[in-house]
Amino acid sequence: MSSIALQARPAKASPLDALQRWLPKLVLAPSMLIVLVGFYAYIGWTFLLSFTNSRFMPSYKWAGLQQYERLWDNDRWWVASQNLLVFGGMFIAISLLIGVVLAVLLDQRIRREGLIRTIYLYPMALSMIVTGTAWQWLLNPGLGLDKLLRDWGWEGFRFDWLVDPDRVIYCLVIAAVWQASGFVMALFLAGLRSVDQSIIRAAQVDGASLPTIYLRIVLPSLRPVFFSALMILAHIAIKSFDLVAAMTAGGPGYSSDLPAMFMYAHTFTRGQMGLGAASAMLMLGAVMAIIVPYLYSELRNKRHV
Amino acid sequence: MNAIHRLALSVSLALPLLAHAGEVEVLHWWTSGGEKRAADTLQKLVEQKGHTWKDFAVAGGGGEAAMTVLKTRAVSGNPPSAAQIKGPDIQEWGELGLLANLDDTAKAERWDEMLPEQVRKIMQYDGSYVAVPVNVHRVNWLWINPEVFEKAGATPPKTLDEFFAAADKLKAAGFIPVAHGGQPWQDGTVFEGFVLSILGPDDYHKAFVELDNDTLTGDKMVQAFTALKKLRDYIDADAAGREWNRATGMVIDGKAGMQIMGDWAKSEFTAANKVAGEDYQCLPFPGTQGSFAFNIDSLAMFKLSNDDNRKAQEDLARTVLEPEFQTFFNQNKGSIPVRQDQDMSEFDACAQQSMIDFKEAAKGSGLQPSLTHGMAASSYVQGAVFDVVTNFFNDPKADPQKAAKQLAAAIQAVQ
Repeated sequence: MSSIALQARPAKASPLDALQRWLPKLVLAPSMLIVLVGFYAYIGWTFLLSFTNSRFMPSYKWAGLQQYERLWDNDRWWVASQNLLVFGGMFIAISLLIGVVLAVLLDQRIRREGLIRTIYLYPMALSMIVTGTAWQWLLNPGLGLDKLLRDWGWEGFRFDWLVDPDRVIYCLVIAAVWQASGFVMALFLAGLRSVDQSIIRAAQVDGASLPTIYLRIVLPSLRPVFFSALMILAHIAIKSFDLVAAMTAGGPGYSSDLPAMFMYAHTFTRGQMGLGAASAMLMLGAVMAIIVPYLYSELRNKRHV
Repeated sequence: MNAIHRLALSVSLALPLLAHAGEVEVLHWWTSGGEKRAADTLQKLVEQKGHTWKDFAVAGGGGEAAMTVLKTRAVSGNPPSAAQIKGPDIQEWGELGLLANLDDTAKAERWDEMLPEQVRKIMQYDGSYVAVPVNVHRVNWLWINPEVFEKAGATPPKTLDEFFAAADKLKAAGFIPVAHGGQPWQDGTVFEGFVLSILGPDDYHKAFVELDNDTLTGDKMVQAFTALKKLRDYIDADAAGREWNRATGMVIDGKAGMQIMGDWAKSEFTAANKVAGEDYQCLPFPGTQGSFAFNIDSLAMFKLSNDDNRKAQEDLARTVLEPEFQTFFNQNKGSIPVRQDQDMSEFDACAQQSMIDFKEAAKGSGLQPSLTHGMAASSYVQGAVFDVVTNFFNDPKADPQKAAKQLAAAIQAVQ
């Protein structure tokens, strides 16, 4: 409206109108600047550093792809990457499964739903450090579940995944799933509540059983919820640092190392900033590989609608 | 109005008086119990000399957090007077041209006569003193609970064979032979002990200071890895991730017979009211009797622009090496004084033994820097060794021959 008016009578534009035109840009400018500098500029800087032989402090001696080659030859990096695949995959799959099942069960108009929902959602309120420390105690063979059950009489009981280099990664999955599945449940519960009840009644009239209704009608209509849950879980998985730091510190050995831990250790404690920067770039690449196709498909869908 | 006038006058009069006293800002991570007391003493002594002390303690992570803060401060051109930096890291900071020259103070205080050559070299960059040593930790110790040894009929070991024989007896008697915490640096500490014992100090130097490829892949290194693998049978299954002081606690409680750890473990025994030589024994790690793997804490001094602050910085450096501070600090920290002329009568049996061994080792090649504690090589070499050692130690199927090759390759890769 106002812009049309302005075009019609440009001579009479008051300073207030100009201010009004500039105001949104002015208000957005600081946060835009922070994002540009604090985010994109530092991505650029990290990218630059990954091609240098920076060690203790940033230096700008060009080293080409040397840091990436080193990363390629680094056993620990491969362990960390494989761990991320196992951890991320299992964490996302199990959290989604448990979250959906809990949501469907809670959707059955049971009593005390509010209380139960709160209980399941509470783990999300904890920080990963707390979760990690608590689960470390629970899963520690000399301290937690293992000792408890043996003290109760199951002498042969042994649950020592936390100290077993081959299985320790599953301990991380257990703790992370415990924390996140309540949140997934809440997302899906909200989705389920928004499904049109008349569709469900119509299906019931047609004689469809309850499992069929959920599997064939309700859940497929929750595709957007599924995608947002997937996105949130995926980025929790990739940036996971505090959970590992608190629970295993990457051990035993470096068998439960994750890329974020690797990056931190090399950049900040071992004085191999170049290598750390290269690993950070690869992590960014992994995130982009997930986010970009997703954004692409989402944005395209919107245009078609 | 009048009051403000008077205030301004008094301030302007007071300023020149104040200006004689400088300010020292010390970045450190001596934040736990005994260490905190030790740092407070330093503060008191510096303040007695008329300077103000600005505490810049950054707790956590064995100094990682502190180093990150220090880098930020140094890059922005505002470093503290002194910072707790040690080993080859001092050279890295020296290369950046940020460290102050302490040669005048050193000459006046005759540091050259007081400190062994191996220690001097670490404190100097390009031939000039840039840092001042605070204490000397010995890393190659074996801590023993004599009561447990007696019950198991084992004798305190002097050689590696005796060590494993004693471990067998402890195991047979139902004790955990060796209390260990499965963290990379603790795995490294144990490995370092085996290397020093099997290779001897000269080859230890070749391997971990000169990073000589042949020594790193040699037969003796393979033997060291084999010994490390053998040790797996003598630690309990729950060792992964355990803190070192909890492992020391197992020795104190009589659950475990011995622990391989540096002399900071003594502070745990002392805190539990145990007496050295009676309730617990300290032995050099089997086979390293003449050697001394050292870990020295030091304060590196940064270039300052303010003359008064520079004066305060010099006084700080002087204070650190005064016998009074050396005694108090090291009694609290479990280490020994770095001054070779120090009176040791107030120290316990372990510290006295440590001092004798320190002086003896300093005469020959026995005095060697600890790799695990960042004294021998840069942090990236140290990190690479940790990776290989801890991975080897936690993998039951690991091959010692292959591990030695991996060690050499990993060290090569980060250089």
